[in-house]
Amino acid sequence: MAKGISTNPVLLELRHLRKFFPIQKGFFRRTVGSVRAVDDVSFVIREGETLGLVGESGCGKTTTARCILRAMQPSGGEILFQTREGNTIDLAPLSRRQLRPLRPQMQMIFQDPFGSLNPRMTLFDIVGEPLLVNGVRSRRQRTEQVAEILRLVGLRPEYMQRFPHAFSGGQRQRIGIARALALHPRLVVADEPVSALDVSVQAQVLNLLLDLQERLHLTYLFVAHNLSVVKHICDHVAVMYVGKLVETAATEDLYRHPRHPYTAALMAAVPVSDPRVSIGDVELKGEVPSPADPPPGCMFHPRCPHAVERCRSEVPPLREISPGRFVSCHRAEELALAGIGRH
Amino acid sequence: MKPEPLLSVRDLKAHFPLDEGLVRAVDGVSFEVFPGQVLGIVGESGCGKSVAMKAVLQIIDPPGRIVGGEILLAGRDGGCAVDIAKLKPESESMRRIRGAEIALIPQEPMSSFSPVHTVGAQIIEAIQMHQTVDKRRARRMAAELLQAVGVPMAEQRIDAYSWQLSGGLRQRAIIAMGLSCNPRLLIADEPTTAIDVTTQAQILNLLRRLQRQRNMAIIFITHDLGVIAQMASYVVVMYLGRVMEQGAVNDIFLQPQHPYTKALLRSIPDVKSTPHAKLPIISGSIPHPFNRPEGCPFHPRCDSFMAGKCDREIPELLPVGEDHFASCLLFSGAGAKAATGSKVRKGAS
Repeated sequence: MAKGISTNPVLLELRHLRKFFPIQKGFFRRTVGSVRAVDDVSFVIREGETLGLVGESGCGKTTTARCILRAMQPSGGEILFQTREGNTIDLAPLSRRQLRPLRPQMQMIFQDPFGSLNPRMTLFDIVGEPLLVNGVRSRRQRTEQVAEILRLVGLRPEYMQRFPHAFSGGQRQRIGIARALALHPRLVVADEPVSALDVSVQAQVLNLLLDLQERLHLTYLFVAHNLSVVKHICDHVAVMYVGKLVETAATEDLYRHPRHPYTAALMAAVPVSDPRVSIGDVELKGEVPSPADPPPGCMFHPRCPHAVERCRSEVPPLREISPGRFVSCHRAEELALAGIGRH
Repeated sequence: MKPEPLLSVRDLKAHFPLDEGLVRAVDGVSFEVFPGQVLGIVGESGCGKSVAMKAVLQIIDPPGRIVGGEILLAGRDGGCAVDIAKLKPESESMRRIRGAEIALIPQEPMSSFSPVHTVGAQIIEAIQMHQTVDKRRARRMAAELLQAVGVPMAEQRIDAYSWQLSGGLRQRAIIAMGLSCNPRLLIADEPTTAIDVTTQAQILNLLRRLQRQRNMAIIFITHDLGVIAQMASYVVVMYLGRVMEQGAVNDIFLQPQHPYTKALLRSIPDVKSTPHAKLPIISGSIPHPFNRPEGCPFHPRCDSFMAGKCDREIPELLPVGEDHFASCLLFSGAGAKAATGSKVRKGAS
């Protein structure tokens, strides 16, 4: 399924998405600044494909995902979504009421399979609730549909009357996936869906996600920090750093030939499970800056081994350096950066 | 000639008697740590890796306690060994070992520091606990330690509170505290799970450098096979309170023998694996501690399961190569019988 330049129709397009949180101080809660959690993020996701959104904690990847689902009101930018009916709608300015008919088309899989399921609801209630809310009133019909979805995710329909505590982490994550798929969404946002699971169970859930994508022609936005998992499951990858998009490209290209020094540093830092390959001694100096107090110029320049004078003053725009490949680095063309995953 | 082990754990058992039943968190674990060696202990949740380490420090949370086995710590300068398992948790001799001989880097740097005392005050306290130095000298030592672990502006940061430091700096401060009394053995319990990859790379490099400089032994506990491959020279693989396999890092990763190790290594996606290909999986999930399977703990999920054997007999740890051991009934045939007697293991260099 890996492809260079895809021709599938675009399902979701972000244009200059921004989400700022005000910093308030004092008795009158005056706004004294803002945390630029997501600052000018643009990318496209095509139908039936998976976009991986990677970055370190606090880089804004989860905030981006939440803005897309409109669990948050973005501060600016456009979220263009292609509906099932074939219209392109900008989700950003819509009110809650206007969003309601669109909600079934985009669903979310959560990170924590323990915290995201109500312990007082049975499996039938959990998976059946989205159906009930969206007009499937007949209990018999709901039971049938829930049974079908449970079979789809590899759970036995006989378990329908049990409570979440009776299931293991991997099975609970399957329940979460079943709930997300109950309404046949077009876009599924998966926020770190395997990072809370045991290593021996992760592969089961990854296989299920791949299998479901094939069978139901799903489109995923896959938020993760584990680069090996992302490489395995995603067609395209977008890398974020302190609220900014630094690079987006087809997975294979990005891993083999990173164009942004941060992407290269991220890859060099991943511990490889092969004792013959040692991780680079070239480690990144310093720490991630705070999005409330970002450095001038390029966000990455204080830690970048390739920074020049221009990087300190001028913010590099996200630009297309080859078809489908966007990088925000002044020196993208001249740098020869090492990647990983050569066969 | 092999050097004497610094720490040798033999048939350690730590159980938790709960109202619902007995949890055998650690159930017959043996391994050895040699001076200057990095021993990696890998395992998934509930495998007993953390409880085993808490046993070594006698800090198991009640109602858990050590019910059997030995934890022998070699004496300094050829002195006689102490059996930690026989010491009382609150005894004077145990307190002399904790921090001074064996130090711990806990998992969560946030909750390990007191938020109402400065980082420096806590490191100074640790120093004065084990060494007779005055406060001024202790403070200077603390500042030097912070500098050694790469905390910038150590002179100022010594008066900072833990919540004023970033995750990476906090982890460095914890390491400085662990090193404060020059321990012979450092136990690092998932020291990098709570931090980001680029910071993780810094911390791993720091630990490796310190280990080389001070010729200190480290027990490195993690569930991340990548980190183990990069850090350890000898690896112990645990599952449900038992050792499944142990061997030199190259043997474990390149020639794994136990079906669990093999399956685990196959199931993790690698940056080199084919994208979108189905991953080989381990069926089922880790059993609840109350429903521990009979016989080999891994048998319900094992693809080499032998009916009538694996569900009855508990396999012993047997040699499968040089310095390489596995506890699987596949290796307990007639040929391996002879080796059953020589059960004591010798670690790698």
